[in-house]
Amino acid sequence: MDFNLDEGQRALADTVRRFVARDYGFEKRRAIRDSASGWSRESWQALADLGVLALNIDETHGGLGYGPLETGLVMNAFGAGLLLEPYLAAAVIAPALLCRLATADVQAEWLPRIATGAAIVVLAHFEPGAHRAATRIDTLATRKGDGYAVNGHKAVVAHGGAADQLLVSARLDDGRVAVFLVASGDAGVSRRDYPTLDGQRAADIVLNDAAATKIDAGETQAEAQDAIEAALDVGLAALCFEAVGIMEATLAATTEYLKTRRQFGQPIGRFQALQHRMADMLLHLEQARSMSYLAARRCTEAAKNSRQHALSAAKVTIGQACRHIAQNAVQLHGAMGMTDELIVSHWFKRLTAIEMNFGDTDSHLQRFVELTRTS
Amino acid sequence: MNGVQLAREEHALWQRTLHQRGWGGPGWPKEFGGPGWTPVQQYIFEEECAAAGAPRLIPFGTRMVAPVIMAFGNRAQQQRFLPKIISAEEWWAQGYSEPGAGSDLASLKTRAERVTAAGGDHYIVNGQKTWTTLGQYADWIFCLVRTDPEAKAQRGISFLLVDMKTAGVTVRPIATLDGIHEVNEVWFENVRVPVENLVGEENKGWTYAKFLLGHERTNIAGVGIAKRELARLKRIAATAGRLDEPLFAARVAQVEIDLMALEITNLRVISAEHAKRAPGPEASILKIKGTEILQAIAELMMQAAGMDALPLRQEDLGPDHAASLGVGYCNLRKLSIFGGSNEIQKNIIAQMILGL
Repeated sequence: MDFNLDEGQRALADTVRRFVARDYGFEKRRAIRDSASGWSRESWQALADLGVLALNIDETHGGLGYGPLETGLVMNAFGAGLLLEPYLAAAVIAPALLCRLATADVQAEWLPRIATGAAIVVLAHFEPGAHRAATRIDTLATRKGDGYAVNGHKAVVAHGGAADQLLVSARLDDGRVAVFLVASGDAGVSRRDYPTLDGQRAADIVLNDAAATKIDAGETQAEAQDAIEAALDVGLAALCFEAVGIMEATLAATTEYLKTRRQFGQPIGRFQALQHRMADMLLHLEQARSMSYLAARRCTEAAKNSRQHALSAAKVTIGQACRHIAQNAVQLHGAMGMTDELIVSHWFKRLTAIEMNFGDTDSHLQRFVELTRTS
Repeated sequence: MNGVQLAREEHALWQRTLHQRGWGGPGWPKEFGGPGWTPVQQYIFEEECAAAGAPRLIPFGTRMVAPVIMAFGNRAQQQRFLPKIISAEEWWAQGYSEPGAGSDLASLKTRAERVTAAGGDHYIVNGQKTWTTLGQYADWIFCLVRTDPEAKAQRGISFLLVDMKTAGVTVRPIATLDGIHEVNEVWFENVRVPVENLVGEENKGWTYAKFLLGHERTNIAGVGIAKRELARLKRIAATAGRLDEPLFAARVAQVEIDLMALEITNLRVISAEHAKRAPGPEASILKIKGTEILQAIAELMMQAAGMDALPLRQEDLGPDHAASLGVGYCNLRKLSIFGGSNEIQKNIIAQMILGL
């Protein structure tokens, strides 16, 4: 296995890292977080100009046709800056789903606009109380004229408030799952947009006879369900890289704090108990980094069971690392780690949220056991 | 109780209510208006209050400064301060930590200089205290201040009572990760404090501070609160359907088992205290295990609610049981940091119990 990046990959990572360092500082992020929308259209345009919104879109649709590793490098670079824009939802998961499921016409209409940042499309899939069950869908779609009308409730939809178009999963009359494009401004869509613990935005979305266009010609039984899970798996791999990026930054900042904070006449980093704590954090980080590479390699595999087996292993390792590193970073900063003033508490909250997103550690541990049994 | 933040007046109302029943100072002897309970009776009281979901008693007055005033204060100080502590007329805050003196508390720098003047002798206090819990409500603050800058670290410290209304005292809020205004910075700029507000002897403050830290530790384990929170965890997990998951059920079982052990350890310490052996370094065992258990419960509650725990403000959003569980998890990270971090507690165990 070759873990060395090629020149293009290194340049991509450097470009994004420079953008975060120069144009997405902590104070700027705070202002964006506290703004009405909770994200910045200006920063979104800057990302479009860098080309990173086009990463997951093929060249025929105006994209760059890159893969999960390049996406991971971008997400990793976003990590330290705690980007608030809907990158994962709109530039990773939505294109992954459209590429897998949508008709050529739908792809031709939306992918180029996603690539340039002109349209923000977000998957609204999970329903209240069912975030660990990707297959539980109660939203219904019924035929209405040329299109469909959808009725249902989607809960804690990441960046649902930022979306121009929603990709809504719903059941047809015969019980099959299909995916629909719904304009977020449709009269049948009511969105409640709110901040989450980590400073990002999510929305609860109630669909009441919302006008919907089915995106696929799908005839087979599980095509749409499989495509949704495949797109979420691509998203999960990207999330793993974001987590590693935050943990890298957290470890570096905590190391620096231990070198400068003095108590009992010396830097607290001289105390062996704290040195060992840092060493444990490093072990977690390196194991997590390894699993992020595994996730990138395996997340596009067609065979669902073996793909999800690998991704569950990655999420368990990374979720445990998130919890361990976040808690210890705050602890080692003492009460300073609890303050809003230091970015470490913001990394702590994002790592906490990442651990809970896309299925928490225990859910994936359980799924790993089940998939091991059936394979 | 569901993690609701109470206002000053709500806390004061609870303290007054208890006081009217003669229970305002559970650890206080009868001569100062307390119930004169044994450690075992106090423990039962704490546990019943917690089980009933009563507000926690704010410790700074009744449990922290009051025992010091009883043991080392003079008659005038006892008469002036104790009745208003137990009746909740005056709210107290703790002035120990400083930006440069956390775990290494004895390195504190807030200076109190004694001045003789026509209006009576007083101290001029300059410096900064920090992490002052609920200092925004305080009428008075008890402070460790340096009265002899020449003496070795612990020797030149005094225990001073400062009226928060005195000119030169400034309270500034510290914004924390949970968005709750709980801790503050307290600044002292040429604050004039009458010498009558010195407790005990000048430069003996460290002895009183250690007395305070070693006192009133029967509740440090928080067993009653942990039992109540464990019951709440089980309700949340049942509602969210997570007790059916073997992994999750095992995690809840593990914390329950840890708590069963801690309860007995706690009773052993109380029993030793009852036999007139003052609580010693065993309190560190109780502090570490107690905080670990409360943090584990908060973590599991958040996990049980899953993504429903993430919305920041949940007035009418998501299921009721999930309200503020994410924020609560963040808030309780403080437990292993404050009151002597768990690392410092382990140092105490290594040195005082193991003799290393």
